[in-house]
Amino acid sequence: MSKEPVAVVGIGQTKHVAARRDVSIAGLVREAAVRALADAELTWADIDAVVIGKAPDFFEGVMMPELYLADALGAVGKPMLRVHTAGSVGGSTALVAANLVAARVHGTVLTLAFEKQSESNAMWGLSLPIPFQQPLLAGAGGFFAPHVRAYMRRSGAPDAVGSLVAYKDRRNALKNPYAHLHEHDITLEKVQASPMLWDPIRYSETCPSSDGACAMVLTDRAGAARAPRPPAWMLGGAMRSEPTMFAGKDFVSPRAGRDCAADVYRQAHIADPRRDIDAVEMYVPFSWYEPMWLENLGFAAEGEGWKLTESGVTELDGDLPVNMSGGVLSTNPIGASGMIRFAEAALQVRGQAGEHQVDGARRALGHAYGGGSQFFAMWLVGDQPPDA
Amino acid sequence: MTRDIAVVAFAQTDHRRTSEDLSEVEMLMPVLHEVLDRTGLKTADIGFTCSGSSDYLAGRAFSFTLALDGVGAWPPISESHVETDGAWALYEAWTKLLTGEADTALVYSYGKSSPGSVRDVLTRQLDPYYLAPLWPDSVALAALQAQALIDAGHTDEPALAAFAARSREAARDNPHAQLRGPVPHGDHLVRPLRTGDCPPIGDGAAAVILAAGERARTLCPRPAWIRGVDHRIEAHGLGVRDLTDSPSTRLAAERAGAFERPVDTAELHAPFTAQEVVLRRALRLDDTVCVNPSGGALAANPIMAAGLIRIGEAAARIHRGESDRALAHATSGPCLQQNLVAVLEGDPR
Repeated sequence: MSKEPVAVVGIGQTKHVAARRDVSIAGLVREAAVRALADAELTWADIDAVVIGKAPDFFEGVMMPELYLADALGAVGKPMLRVHTAGSVGGSTALVAANLVAARVHGTVLTLAFEKQSESNAMWGLSLPIPFQQPLLAGAGGFFAPHVRAYMRRSGAPDAVGSLVAYKDRRNALKNPYAHLHEHDITLEKVQASPMLWDPIRYSETCPSSDGACAMVLTDRAGAARAPRPPAWMLGGAMRSEPTMFAGKDFVSPRAGRDCAADVYRQAHIADPRRDIDAVEMYVPFSWYEPMWLENLGFAAEGEGWKLTESGVTELDGDLPVNMSGGVLSTNPIGASGMIRFAEAALQVRGQAGEHQVDGARRALGHAYGGGSQFFAMWLVGDQPPDA
Repeated sequence: MTRDIAVVAFAQTDHRRTSEDLSEVEMLMPVLHEVLDRTGLKTADIGFTCSGSSDYLAGRAFSFTLALDGVGAWPPISESHVETDGAWALYEAWTKLLTGEADTALVYSYGKSSPGSVRDVLTRQLDPYYLAPLWPDSVALAALQAQALIDAGHTDEPALAAFAARSREAARDNPHAQLRGPVPHGDHLVRPLRTGDCPPIGDGAAAVILAAGERARTLCPRPAWIRGVDHRIEAHGLGVRDLTDSPSTRLAAERAGAFERPVDTAELHAPFTAQEVVLRRALRLDDTVCVNPSGGALAANPIMAAGLIRIGEAAARIHRGESDRALAHATSGPCLQQNLVAVLEGDPR
């Protein structure tokens, strides 16, 4: 069995904002798709299939919106597949689209993920009713704060690490024209003085609610040869899931995340991720998840992730830049957030990341997670095609 | 180089009008156990898992995350989910197996329509700006399609009644069906459709196991080889579609290889009698083909599972030696907007 190599030849996203009242849902997704096609210098007729993802349908109040979006995404007469894997969906959607190319079912696929959060209130959309979940679980922050506490206790990380991440990501966002939050007057002191929401998570250490969409054009070797700009090559991709809750679950460093990363590194022949990977876009909706995922993804030993953050290794000019785009902390259209991570990783190895470009980035990791830290999707992209 | 992939096992619940006493996970668990038992596989032996369901039926966000608990995803599994009928989950699993990254896949889907009013719920899948605010329900839209077919001279009310009677007669042999035997054709629900032209509303779940190449032969005496699967979508707006035709079904069938040789069996996902008229024409099915021997969606229509069940029923007939080449169809969206066609074959006898 040989797989077809998969290349990213087009990337488009919207300027992410709190509320896009000027466009419908269809208008929003089309904007990102048109930009991805323009980047690839392709037309709708070049697209063989559309794979679309978003987080729960309740966020916009439209059941299975892909049905209504078929026209806007040029999918009429084509296959259109809808993926939903909670917060990891943007990453999973890209991987499902990549599989269509890898399996040689289709040559060129448009993949897109979106969320128009202004249509509803995600905080309460994420507050699941008893008896299924514990009561008083206010939004995602209420779920994740205890696990951050567990990490701090386990690792001995000083209290300031979370604010360092937020300060870094918000400064990085200033270099990304598509980022939602552009806080020109951001200072570390302001982050640390922001209100406590879910102890230890402060207001400025949380993600915003954004409207936005992200699209990519994926293609095969022949398509990549025709691409006008350098493609990003997929060197590895994987998904892993584990149950929401059970006695053996480690919420600080879920095994599904570790297994998923290991699978990606195996496919991409990565022996030492800390040395072999040049840049990382990881899903960090609450600042403390940067040090936690640095450990989970194998960039630091257990309990050591916060030291990388504290020493500046993850800064844009550091040795292992993390969330060059400003990350989920600066932009969070939930269903699109995972795909934005994947797309930003691809932009880096294509050398197309503009002001937040990491010099000489040759291999970059895109990471997404969702549910109660139970769904993981990752890909590793490079500037050269896989050797196989 | 491509791989041969087959459906090697299928299981489904008894479909019921209500299952208030069961959570979705409780409804699903026996089906998962049954389909695994048929192959002797355990969750940990499965290479890829994919499911289909809808939050809007469950009335809560991320409802599928709890179903995953029922799978027993420990150690962690390679897994994904589609927010639509499980037939599309099977399509995703089939492509995954084609890449060679997995040799076996578990596909399941489920839906409980009983907690709410499914006619109201389905209005929420319409264009949210122009159509959904008018609350046109699924039966009313299907009635528009039925009337268009009658006006075009493709069918009439007695012919539709005959489809319903034949389906529910066939369902006599299906222990899982919700409606079987003589069912009163009833009064008009929305003209020209009578209650008998409409599917029962019910709860249910289904699961299949796929396997590639030699692995399939070790798991099933007569695997149902997937010769092709394709799915296509049409425009959403009913005003821009010819409701008497289904070009997406025809195209999907062509791409799946359905027209290369005749099929002996067709399992069609036609929740409303008149939709069988459309599908028979698009798929060029004549009277030599055994259509919906299970009773089809008119006998049991658990939303989000009914399409996967069509593939499962077609495969099961091949497993039992009752079919050599079968077609399975699934649909999604109002008036057959999105359609999937799979062609399954048994080894020559």
